[in-house]
Amino acid sequence: MQPEITDPTTRAAGQALPAGQAMLSVRGLKKVYQTDAGDIEAVRNLTFDLRPGELACLVGPSGSGKTTLLKCISGLMAPTAGEVLLDGKPVAGPPKKMAVVFQEYGRSLFPWMRVRENVELPLKNQGVPKAERARLVEDALEAVGLSHVPRSYPWQLSGGMQQRVAIARAIAYQPEVLLMDEPFAAVDAQTRADLEDLIRTVWKKLGVTVLFVTHDIDESVYLGERVIILSSSPTVVQEDLTIDLPADRDQLNTRALPRFTELRHHVYEQIQLAKKGHRPAAASDTV
Amino acid sequence: MNALKRFGYAIALPVLLVGLWWAASAGSTSIFVPRPAPLAATFVQTWLGDRILSDVLPSMGRLLAGVLAAILLGVSGGLLIGSVRWLRELTEPVLEFFRAIPPPVLVPVLMLLVGITDSMKVAVIVSGCVWPVLLNTIEGVRAIDAVLSDSARTYGITGRARVRYLVLPSAGPQIMAGIRQCLSIGLILMVISEMFASSSGLGFTIVQFQRSFAIPEMWSGIVILGLIGVAMSFIFQWTERRVLRWYHGLREVENAA
Ligand SMILES: Nc1ncnc2c1ncn2[C@@H]1O[C@H](COP(=O)(O)OP(=O)(O)OP(=O)(O)O)[C@@H](O)[C@H]1O
Ligand SMILES: [Mg+2]
Repeated sequence: MQPEITDPTTRAAGQALPAGQAMLSVRGLKKVYQTDAGDIEAVRNLTFDLRPGELACLVGPSGSGKTTLLKCISGLMAPTAGEVLLDGKPVAGPPKKMAVVFQEYGRSLFPWMRVRENVELPLKNQGVPKAERARLVEDALEAVGLSHVPRSYPWQLSGGMQQRVAIARAIAYQPEVLLMDEPFAAVDAQTRADLEDLIRTVWKKLGVTVLFVTHDIDESVYLGERVIILSSSPTVVQEDLTIDLPADRDQLNTRALPRFTELRHHVYEQIQLAKKGHRPAAASDTV
Repeated sequence: MNALKRFGYAIALPVLLVGLWWAASAGSTSIFVPRPAPLAATFVQTWLGDRILSDVLPSMGRLLAGVLAAILLGVSGGLLIGSVRWLRELTEPVLEFFRAIPPPVLVPVLMLLVGITDSMKVAVIVSGCVWPVLLNTIEGVRAIDAVLSDSARTYGITGRARVRYLVLPSAGPQIMAGIRQCLSIGLILMVISEMFASSSGLGFTIVQFQRSFAIPEMWSGIVILGLIGVAMSFIFQWTERRVLRWYHGLREVENAA
């Protein structure tokens, strides 16, 4: 259960792969926000790799820089130091084949467009032919259980439904890398379970690389093949844990496995440690 | 039924006011006090003949041209200035300065520069109408939600698509507010631009009536200006409700919550 550090030169405790094998590489990432009130170091030093087609969950205390990390990975923000590589190439702006589902679901949909148009817009913008577009949009809306509201406006829907529209938009886009920032925070328990299974289904079907941010420990263990635990600020990787549960997961049976409970326990302990300010041995505090 | 009721509400107060006016002015013999029935007769006589072609329509044509040009200039300039930060910081004080100048004082200047032509009158209208549209558009473009903007960027919606699908609709409510101000300023400037050294147009005709003590005719000219204003306001509201349907719906939902 200890993280394996394949690259002894990386200072933080993330799993790194030999060059050329990673879909997504985060290398020595550091982000300092410059504000009028002084500098805020949101992320100190993060290093980890995702294999192509991997589904990793990212957990960490509130304010540990999870959103900041996703913004750097998606090219919306330049890191202060370090770099992000997608398929071996440095990320300078938003990459073409990446979709992001933002934490602020209410502000990520176009309020002047109907649900259907919202999901369709990125495809239209890419020049996907009309018939294929229609099919992709329909499938995506169906997958998130919203095929009955294509003509509604987002603001006519509940928060959970809005978030599902944002997820449908990301799925329809058929990205190679999917970043999700606490996407199920506003969703009720039953829908949440359904959406968790949906993410795994889509992930298997599309072979997409997923980085899934959540604050829900059960969810991270249930969903991921891997759980990356961030320390509290100044943020480094606290632990990079491989989830050795069977690939076919099921809300009732998987969650009842003794191994599930063990892993869950472990993640919980690590997060408690992180909140108390414990720092992993491998991470250097002086950067 | 509902439409009938709404029409009833809209028409009730004007009818009442005309009734009051009629009662109050019934015994009056002063030539300066207008009375409804003679005024209506004068109105038909004065405006529904040759003057429609020689004065009313040309005036309205210039108003339309001026307002449209102001909207086009204001929106495109606003999109540009609003999207480019340094341009915004560079132009802000200058724009406030120009906006503060009352456009009527420009009439003599423009008369000298452009000559006493239709273009001069349209230029006067544009010079006053462009500011509310421009400044409101800049504000609207600036106020685009950061998360929404990030969403658009991650999905590769940039350049022209960004303007079309994100910037314009997002700034829409503010742009429409600017256009509303632009319309009322436009009507005022249309009249003023025709008051100086002009030989036709609504403003010219009304001043002409005043100078020749044709008081009922003068009143009828004021009525026609009022009617044009009302018509413009209705057309605007009708358009705004259609263009900003999403916005009014969103506001309703927010207010209910
Ligand atoms: N635009 C910004 N300017 C300045 N500081 C910021 C900005 N965005 C985030 N921060 C700061 O960076 C730190 C990390 O924020 P971030 O939103 O990345 O955390 P998070 O892990 O996503 O938290 P949560 O779980 O609450 O969403 C916080 O201390 C926050 O105040
Ligand atoms: Mg966050």
